[in-house]
Amino acid sequence: MSLGYQCMGPAVENGAIVMRELAAPDALPRGLQTEQGPGHYRLTRDPDNRYFAWANGPQAIKPLAFASQESLWRVERDAAGALQFAAVLPGVSPQAVIGVRACDLAALAMQDAHFLREGRCDAHYAQRREQLFLVAVQCAVPASTCFCASTGDGPTPTAGFDIALAELADGFVAVSGSEKGAAILAALDLSLATPLQIEAARQQGQDAAARQTRSLPGHNLRDVLMGRLEHPRWDDVATRCLACGNCTAVCPTCFCHAEQDAPSLDGHASEHVRIWDSCFGESHGHLHGFSVRPDIRSRYRQWLTHKLATWHVQFGRSGCVGCGRCIAWCPVGIDLTEEVAALTANGGQA
Amino acid sequence: MTKPTLIDAGPPHAATVVERTQESPTIFTLKLRLDDAAAQADYRFAPGQFNMLYLYGVGEVPISIMSDPEERDGIGHTIRAQGRVTQGLAALQPGDKLGLRGPFGRGWPLQEVSGCDIVLVTGGLGCAPVVSVIHYLMRRRERYGKLVIIQGVRHAEDLIWREHYARWAKLPDTQVLVSASEGAGFWPWHVGRVTELFELANFESECAVAMMCGPEGMMHAAADSLLARGLPESRLFLSMERNMQCAVGRCGHCQFGGAFVCRDGPVFNWGQVKALLAHRGY
Repeated sequence: MSLGYQCMGPAVENGAIVMRELAAPDALPRGLQTEQGPGHYRLTRDPDNRYFAWANGPQAIKPLAFASQESLWRVERDAAGALQFAAVLPGVSPQAVIGVRACDLAALAMQDAHFLREGRCDAHYAQRREQLFLVAVQCAVPASTCFCASTGDGPTPTAGFDIALAELADGFVAVSGSEKGAAILAALDLSLATPLQIEAARQQGQDAAARQTRSLPGHNLRDVLMGRLEHPRWDDVATRCLACGNCTAVCPTCFCHAEQDAPSLDGHASEHVRIWDSCFGESHGHLHGFSVRPDIRSRYRQWLTHKLATWHVQFGRSGCVGCGRCIAWCPVGIDLTEEVAALTANGGQA
Repeated sequence: MTKPTLIDAGPPHAATVVERTQESPTIFTLKLRLDDAAAQADYRFAPGQFNMLYLYGVGEVPISIMSDPEERDGIGHTIRAQGRVTQGLAALQPGDKLGLRGPFGRGWPLQEVSGCDIVLVTGGLGCAPVVSVIHYLMRRRERYGKLVIIQGVRHAEDLIWREHYARWAKLPDTQVLVSASEGAGFWPWHVGRVTELFELANFESECAVAMMCGPEGMMHAAADSLLARGLPESRLFLSMERNMQCAVGRCGHCQFGGAFVCRDGPVFNWGQVKALLAHRGY
């Protein structure tokens, strides 16, 4: 029963959980957990053989609304040199995704705030976003890198889903979060969840939150971080950071993108393409012949202070949802929570 | 004077080069006209705003608009041939086609400061965003007090629009102070740092407004001098430069603290940006 949706969900690819098209419910990977740490990610067995005992992989739903690469417009040049410009829109079909985590829903809400800003709505993002039907799943087994409880974004989904599931030993507790979700639940042959099952789901979320060991020292670090822009820890982290941009590529809230031209080989047309970009790249701060952020120190500082400090100015909250991906997928294991702890030690006094 | 403009995220509008002026060995001015005559007639901008110019098959660059905002038959852009796009733009000749979208950003607060003395401080090619201010003021001279134009360049040969400066200097209530760190033969102006000119500047700090554009180090030094002369911070403005790829506050490259320079700037009040400008690499 696909109801016209392309059905997406977790799949194992190159030893990690990713979101791919699923042919049928039995294509869901079962009995997997993840073992994650700084610069570390391994799939392990789940002794309870559950469907959703894994914590997040490197990428979930961000690319479904904010495509990693897409054409924005196209221009054709005729023999006389005249230019004809035309918008290129993606033309996507409805997509349903199962297995969306609370951290990713919180991140998607921020991507919405950025790309669907009133009066400045991004047509490409809007078109993809409109087609998304999201089936969230509560995280029962957080990874050691997870700290969504500390940011207030998980592990139980509370908003932004069409349907939310909690996986219990005797089945799933499902709640709808939208009319579309309610209609689908109503059409299925489901029995009403018992008070015991509902309580078990609530308790499972609470236990998962309690098991998280990492945290950030507060929801709003703007003043303390902006007051420490010359802290020696920036120099220290710059000696370890490779400026590879992995953290920004896996971050579900990073929205930076470059715009580039891809001319056709015959020279008669060119596509103007946007592609995910990273503030760790030298070209991000490029300005007529020099870079405003010439060293890794200034680029790491830009990333961290944008995410945790100036994000508050732009979106009224921190840009971190506690998914921990930047920790697990950093090739040298830089731990954002550890850097923040060092930067904010001594109560934020410089 | 600027009517609200809808977001112009692209695609660009086809435009034609109608005039090309070589200002210096590396600096040139392109006067462009939108191919859609109605769009050209409706095009309005405020001094300090910028356009994205698109070179076919290569890409876009943000360029300040330097022409007179009252001019209806073309839009002027003064450009230094520096990177891939601007070097290609330098090769365009009258009749050649390119793309244009804009205008973008917030310009100078010219309406808010009528009645004030105006001090324009520019360095290097920084003069381009301010030249449209000069055009604007010249048409409304009676609405403003004294006009002081302070321009600094590194080498004497970097100064463009020499004849303009000479002409403006002859106007009533207008003072032109030009400085080059390194002079040359027949250099009629000051040799030294641009900030050395401030003591010569003739304006009343109590009723003056300063607008700065140029290298950030120069603007810092100029701000210190102006504030020392008693100009209140609330009347000190600057135009910022950052990497801009989308021009509509989306792509993230131009972020400066919480601000998107393309959308919230490029003109800022000094107080909004001074704290971050003090940090190298921010």
